Amino acid sequence: MPTGKPDDIFTEKIAAEIKIEPKDWMPDDYRKTLIRQISQHAHSEIVGMLPEGNWITRAPSLRRKATLLAKVQDEAGHGLYLYAAAETMGISRDEMDEQLLTGKAKYSSIFNYPTLTWADIGAIGWLVDGAAIMNQVPLCRASYGPYARAMIRICKEESFHQRQGFEILLTLCRGSAAQKAMAQDALNRWWWPSLMMFGPKDDESPHTQKSMNWKIKRFTNDELRQKFVDVCTEQADVLGLTIPDDALKWNEEKKHYDFGEINWDEFWDVVKGNGPCNRERLEARQKAHEGGQWVKDAALAHAQKKKELSLQPA
Amino acid sequence: MATEPLWEVFIRSRQGLDHKHVGSLHAADAKTAIENARDVYTRRMEGVSIWVVESSQIHSSNPGEASSLFDPANDKIYRHPTFYDLPDELKHM
Repeated sequence: MPTGKPDDIFTEKIAAEIKIEPKDWMPDDYRKTLIRQISQHAHSEIVGMLPEGNWITRAPSLRRKATLLAKVQDEAGHGLYLYAAAETMGISRDEMDEQLLTGKAKYSSIFNYPTLTWADIGAIGWLVDGAAIMNQVPLCRASYGPYARAMIRICKEESFHQRQGFEILLTLCRGSAAQKAMAQDALNRWWWPSLMMFGPKDDESPHTQKSMNWKIKRFTNDELRQKFVDVCTEQADVLGLTIPDDALKWNEEKKHYDFGEINWDEFWDVVKGNGPCNRERLEARQKAHEGGQWVKDAALAHAQKKKELSLQPA
Repeated sequence: MATEPLWEVFIRSRQGLDHKHVGSLHAADAKTAIENARDVYTRRMEGVSIWVVESSQIHSSNPGEASSLFDPANDKIYRHPTFYDLPDELKHM
């Protein structure tokens, strides 16, 4: 039974795979790291609705429209699960909203790329949700209880997202030459940004080791990226599409696919705010936040009025 | 600017089971909290009943005192049926 100092108890719990819960003592740095990670993750879900929302009204059939709508609604739900998990660490929702809307907080750079064709919705489901799942499944075992529980719920829901995307691409690939070309074009544009979703290379990711020691992360960025390349290469064959990488080749010795160098200048440029849609995404969020304020105000005023009425003597 | 209060959400996944904590959300009042909980936590028929409780109304034990709070149960193994020595011939007990 641990009876020592708080930080010893914390370390023993982490080692024994016992979850840390909101009111338990935890190091400041652990709290800060998790607040940053969970809130960025929540922001990504919320901003992630925008590129797909772009195609809801133009989905090619009622079936596609209904599924895309359900998927985008799920992203909103995922954002809410994660905001709620972050709030258990002592940051308020208003603070997180403010950090997103002022550009102080980051979100996944992938959502700063535009969705130009319907095939992009397929590519997002297959690649972007696929990469997200690769990242998120190990997070179901993260050491912080509320985060792990939110991730379990999210992962359960994500698998339909990836399958609906793959089905969109499969349908296009089995269609006309023009449809197949549209699918190939989407893969060409989304492939490299999807690989960037796993973050900087291990030797340039200073927080990785700390997060692994704390059992927030279970695999490094490069390990997950490799797994993703291996899986997708075989899935691309099912579609009959070509992954836009001349260096992509099976390595019999490593039992993995070798792949080409990522354009890290582009990665950092988009992180710094210079991607094709950074400004548009933030403006859309600001507009939604300000435009929806009256609804919250009215709901609060109504609740207050009802409370006062119920307190009055009959 | 006033903020919508935080609510804890509990869901009964099917008849016969307890309500279980699933997460939290912000809403102006209880009615809205239940409606939001339906949209956020039961999009795939995860529930047949929802409870919401304002988070500020929940009181909890202090995790720092967990050992002294729960220790007294530790040495009372005679509360478990396996504590008692009975012959193997004894059936149905």
